[in-house]
Amino acid sequence: MLERARRRFLLGLAAWPAAGRALAAAPAAPAMGLLAKPIPSTGETIPAVGLGSWITFNVGDDAQARENCTAVMRAFFESGGRVVDSSPMYGSSQAVIGHALARLGAAARPFSADKVWTGSGARGPAQIEASRRHWGVARFDLLQVHNLLAWEEHLPTLLEMKAAGRVRYVGITTSEGRRHAEIERVMRSQPVDFVQVTYNPLDREVEQRILPLAQERGIAVLANRPFREGALLRVLQGRPLPAWAGELGVDGWAQLVLKFIVSHPAVTCAIPATSQVAHVRQNLGAARGAMPDAAARARIAAHLGSL
Amino acid sequence: MSEWWTYGLADFLLFSPRTYARLFALYNEALWPAQPLVALGWLALFAALWRKARWAPPAVLLALALAWGWVAWAFHLQRYATINWAAPWFAAAFGAQALLLALAARGVRRAEPVPAVAWWLLGAGGLGLPLLGPALGQPWIETEGFGLTPDATVLGSLGVLRMFVPAYRLVWRIWWLVPLSWSIVGSLTLWALGEPLRALLLPLASILVAIAHWQCRYKCAH
Repeated sequence: MLERARRRFLLGLAAWPAAGRALAAAPAAPAMGLLAKPIPSTGETIPAVGLGSWITFNVGDDAQARENCTAVMRAFFESGGRVVDSSPMYGSSQAVIGHALARLGAAARPFSADKVWTGSGARGPAQIEASRRHWGVARFDLLQVHNLLAWEEHLPTLLEMKAAGRVRYVGITTSEGRRHAEIERVMRSQPVDFVQVTYNPLDREVEQRILPLAQERGIAVLANRPFREGALLRVLQGRPLPAWAGELGVDGWAQLVLKFIVSHPAVTCAIPATSQVAHVRQNLGAARGAMPDAAARARIAAHLGSL
Repeated sequence: MSEWWTYGLADFLLFSPRTYARLFALYNEALWPAQPLVALGWLALFAALWRKARWAPPAVLLALALAWGWVAWAFHLQRYATINWAAPWFAAAFGAQALLLALAARGVRRAEPVPAVAWWLLGAGGLGLPLLGPALGQPWIETEGFGLTPDATVLGSLGVLRMFVPAYRLVWRIWWLVPLSWSIVGSLTLWALGEPLRALLLPLASILVAIAHWQCRYKCAH
């Protein structure tokens, strides 16, 4: 039943016009068995589970903690992960990512997603360049306007950079349900490749308008705060998984939550943050095996909502 | 920014409790063995004030200015700024306070009477807070020290400032500004980090100072 559901899910992707193009252009060849999903604007596929860096990677100059972050990133890439997301707002996270990438060398093949976060359009390019130096990459794969801050000023800059080949994709972000009307307006009026929003079994407002609009407009979706900064997993800790969760092959609540998120046809990638190697492997594991169908997704949301 | 009301305190916390604790551990490790020496300095300062030495008010204020300047540079700018982009602003505020205290040292005199709460706060900054962490199970290496870290320095300073009267009344009004502001910032940080007991300490100290001031505003020679 679950294999059928998975096939239906993949066929559903192919039936989705933008995704259909994507699959035709670059057949999803999941790395190490990971579910890979297409970026609608180009068809390039990326693994459905990425790595966020909010709080967890802001460890400053602490050499021991930096080594731990490097270990997390090593495990992430070894498990087939690619999308790493950060922001100049996240303290030292960008520099810590850069440190890890330098240490990992060729073992790291990140899809680098960063943001511009300043109220001044004029200061945007300098901040982006500083971010690029922190990461130590030739160019970012994705640059997003963080929390829509001064997006009217930053988006033209990002689109110019994209046209000049200095960034591959452009996007906008928000979190915790803020400014969805404005996100919608940008999605309708601007040629953005990505939108980043909060989505998990408890925060589902985006299912109403944002996710359908992303499908309609061919915009990739990054899902942030999948575990509500860990609060969701702390609540679930110690509670037994429902028996039916076993059918999805999950080893715990984290995988169940992530499977719920990435199985939505509009969601391209979830970006959980973690500071633990075991957790990053577990997170990537959620992109393997059976995925919940619509009925199973509804059951997951209802169950978590009732706890 | 109409969505500001949707932000909670935790949204402004950039780092984990573990990272914050490690910040103090690494700072203390780098400073060792300065901590016992600074503690001896605090003891000497306490004794000079207790014995009402005539030279004490300007000397203590200069020592306090040094402490604020050190915290601005060594803690906020060199350490805290690596995990908090607001730390350079904290450094600027602490630096300004250091400058103010150094300037105010000239002509400063002892307030009479010195309320008991001033002694308690000076004691809390030098002994109470540094011992509170370990008493709550915190490793010694993460201990906060008067003259070395912000909260303990501010706590002790609230007591010292309540003991003195500067030459200019305007200075007396201004020199509370940064300590009281940090009481709010430091407290909110600890609250967001899940340390409610320690978070209450600085606001409580501020309230005690305000009460002491209100009680003696007609009696104290300002």
